[in-house]
Amino acid sequence: MGPMDLQSVQIALDARVGRMQYVHLETTNGAYAAHREEGAMTVCAYIRNGRIEFERGTIVGDGPYRVGLKMQIGWIYAEGLTDFEVDAKGRLLMAGYDSEGRLAIALELSDEPFAM
Amino acid sequence: MERHVLVVFPHPDDETFGTGGTIASFTKAGVPVTYACGTLGQMGRNMGKPFFATRETLSEVREKELRAACDALGIKDLRLLGLRDKTIEFEDREVIADQLLSIIEELNPSLIITHYPGFAVHPDHNALGAACVRAVEKLPVAKRPVVYGHAFARNREEFIGSPDVTIDIHDVAETKLEAVRAHRSQSENVIARFEEALKNKEAAAQFGPSMFTESFYTMKFA
Repeated sequence: MGPMDLQSVQIALDARVGRMQYVHLETTNGAYAAHREEGAMTVCAYIRNGRIEFERGTIVGDGPYRVGLKMQIGWIYAEGLTDFEVDAKGRLLMAGYDSEGRLAIALELSDEPFAM
Repeated sequence: MERHVLVVFPHPDDETFGTGGTIASFTKAGVPVTYACGTLGQMGRNMGKPFFATRETLSEVREKELRAACDALGIKDLRLLGLRDKTIEFEDREVIADQLLSIIEELNPSLIITHYPGFAVHPDHNALGAACVRAVEKLPVAKRPVVYGHAFARNREEFIGSPDVTIDIHDVAETKLEAVRAHRSQSENVIARFEEALKNKEAAAQFGPSMFTESFYTMKFA
């Protein structure tokens, strides 16, 4: 995984238009957020292996970047993406890492289900 | 001297950060230690500093790190329970308790170390700790091993008082540090503090006593 390259990511998104995809989408501020700081909330959400199809997928921004996937009856949105990779299995992995190397958000698309 | 110690935690690194010194003290004395690790910590957000793992490679990375940490701590028997990070509290507790019960019956440990349910901060800690306590409750009273609960919720003393077991780990602090280092993806952004704590008394006081003592609550059963 390395820094976002808008052109490569856009090509990878375009290639997936109209094709059934498995999606992994998550955001987290860490399981210990509330423990470390009084008054803070621990916030996390993830969907693993949602099955989607989108008609338009776009990456925008100056970094960190945003990705929007327009579906027939809805949207998938992710903000704060810093790094990407098309891995050996052809999956498009995008994530936002903070200055401590911690993952804060991830958006991944794959033809095959992600491992449980 | 203990006959056999069974450690039950949900994530690779729980055994090291919370109880690595205690485990190392047991294995150094020749006591066999088994670690039943619930998940591969596949949803962790730490991936090294700078990061060297992705969401999809993290489980493999952490399993390797766990095996290296077990080598450092002298754990020769590692059982992976195959649960998924962050989901234990949503599973059927009885099913997990039965899975643990079969390990307990097989090993006949004299001591089990797990998280103190309700006072271990992470939902996975609380859920697996509760399943472990449930497993022990299923045993006839005479056959139950002693169970140490590891608790670190900020409000613990208010509800459960002070821990009744404190283990001095000065002798094995370097071993604990080696295991912390083995969990590279999880420790790279805190390792400097651990190293400083070993060298410098002031830093140790600031960082907390976890390099020199580890504390537990002996769990009570009805």
